[in-house]
Amino acid sequence: MNTDSVTSELQGSRSHWRQVWANFRRRRLAFISLVIVAIIYLLGIVAPLIQTHDYQETNIGKTQQGPDNENWLGTDRLGRDIYTRVVWGIQTTVIITATTLITGSLFLGVTMGLMAGYFRGWIDAVIMRIGEVISAFPDILLVILLAATLRPKIVELARAIEDSTNITGLVSSGVVDYLVIGVALLPLSWFGMMRLVRGQVLALRDAEYVEAARAIGTSTPRILFRHILPNVVSPVIVSVSFGIGAIALSEVVLSFFGLGVQPPRPSLGVMIGEVTARGGASVSVLRDHPEQLLAPIIVVWLLIFCWNIVGDALNDVFNPRAR
Amino acid sequence: MLVYILRRLLWTPVLLLLAAFFVFFMGTVAPGDPAELRLGNRATPERVDRLREQLGLNDPLPIRYMRFIGNALKGDLGESYVFQGKTVTSLIGPRLLVSVQLNIAASIVALSVGLPLGFYAAKRQGTKTDPAILISMLILYAMPVFFTAPFLILFFAVKLHWVPASGWNGMFSTQVILPALTIGIPGAAIFVRHMRASTLEVIGQEYIRTAHAKGMSNFVINYRHVARNAFLPILTLLGFTLAGIFGGSLIVELIYGIPGVSRLSLDAIFQRDFPVLTALVLLGSLMLVLANLVIDIAYTIIDPRIRLK
Repeated sequence: MNTDSVTSELQGSRSHWRQVWANFRRRRLAFISLVIVAIIYLLGIVAPLIQTHDYQETNIGKTQQGPDNENWLGTDRLGRDIYTRVVWGIQTTVIITATTLITGSLFLGVTMGLMAGYFRGWIDAVIMRIGEVISAFPDILLVILLAATLRPKIVELARAIEDSTNITGLVSSGVVDYLVIGVALLPLSWFGMMRLVRGQVLALRDAEYVEAARAIGTSTPRILFRHILPNVVSPVIVSVSFGIGAIALSEVVLSFFGLGVQPPRPSLGVMIGEVTARGGASVSVLRDHPEQLLAPIIVVWLLIFCWNIVGDALNDVFNPRAR
Repeated sequence: MLVYILRRLLWTPVLLLLAAFFVFFMGTVAPGDPAELRLGNRATPERVDRLREQLGLNDPLPIRYMRFIGNALKGDLGESYVFQGKTVTSLIGPRLLVSVQLNIAASIVALSVGLPLGFYAAKRQGTKTDPAILISMLILYAMPVFFTAPFLILFFAVKLHWVPASGWNGMFSTQVILPALTIGIPGAAIFVRHMRASTLEVIGQEYIRTAHAKGMSNFVINYRHVARNAFLPILTLLGFTLAGIFGGSLIVELIYGIPGVSRLSLDAIFQRDFPVLTALVLLGSLMLVLANLVIDIAYTIIDPRIRLK
């Protein structure tokens, strides 16, 4: 009897997700958007396999050239291959997106939201007040301030680790850059998610099935993660899909100010910054070769646009009554 | 509701104190000594020490913080570390004026494009026009500023010579056009979405059907009954524009060379000018908190069914 009900429950939940997927796939534009982001991320993940050059290899004899057979998207002002740099730049975006999402929104945001909503009282008050102080900051400034202040500290720490152990190349591998960006985005990424989850939990914690679970002596973590969390999943997915484009953009902003990914490692932000940023040489690059902006910009643009479409569609699929 | 407003107002100073403390703390963590930065590489250690003493940098963090708060309460936000002899207030004042003008101009663009388009999209619901408007606005919304700003400059300033490429001359000069478009167009996309949703909600109301049944002309129904009521909730969105003055237009100010507060705060971060930065953060936080409060109160006035707890 017991195993029967469990299997039927599992089947029920599986068919729920199948239904969601079927409804989502019926939205052609959203489906195409999802395919586009998947392709973009895939390009980044397999960057070492599909690169045509080395991303730092310069070619002084061939700078600022348009696309041809050798350089599919042309070369930049140092003669580096733009196509190769774009796919490596996407890889950077993939890594940053994944770390920020997992640490910030998913881990911190969801756990804190569950705790605040379920325990209420002083835990809720403290978490909410911290969040309010952070969200009172103008957000771009907070990210820049954190990155500018913490970067030297984190680099110092990484150097110390390199010196005291046998690990080398910690700083040059770019791990430090990802850490700086991840930490700088952390205060922004968790609060929205936390508030969302908290609201859902507040509504659910007095639901009859939770009360029933409590009555038969289910442990609190089990109530939180087995009974409440699954019901919070769909708003979390919607919110994540709206937020991913913004993470890609944050990397661009930070790298534009020289606080994100450091050259020679390519990122979309570094590539955009090298063409548009202030400084004598770049102004002429922008005026004479604005087309060098196109490839990195279009990738960022597509990511933001497509994730918004996907988020919209997911929102419709999960809350059919909202429209 | 009065209790709610009072509680929020009482919490505001605490929030500002915490925000200011955070910036102060970052100031002690940040590498680089403001005194050294100001005197340059060739300064003797004695001179650096004297300046540190003069700026009060040798005191422990809690004392510096208390001193700052004490002075701030008297309306004195201190002197800039970087611009010698300039008070923070005299640095921020004119730049704030610039940023406010820029954001007003951008809001005018956003409203005048967004509201009619959102209304039109709602009226065309069910036809191809409606999704076409929504998608094209989303395309514009997703377009990064790094793209719109340089390309607007290249096209309208460098190629066509219609407007100047950069600089600032007040909100009634031609220089405001490009930056206002750069900020205003993505803003318009947001207004389109909200105006469309809001219009659809109003169209579904019974009193609109009644108005039709009474035989009122479409024009009167559209403009007096629908558009006006649909516009009310949108009004609150403008509050966020106010909050966007700090930092929101950072990249635009940078690319167009506009001397606004966002630009100032960026310089303050990089030059470790913490008195200026603290003041900017305080001001920005205060505006955001007040904007949120005003929006909350405005909601209850617009829609009396909403109650604040």
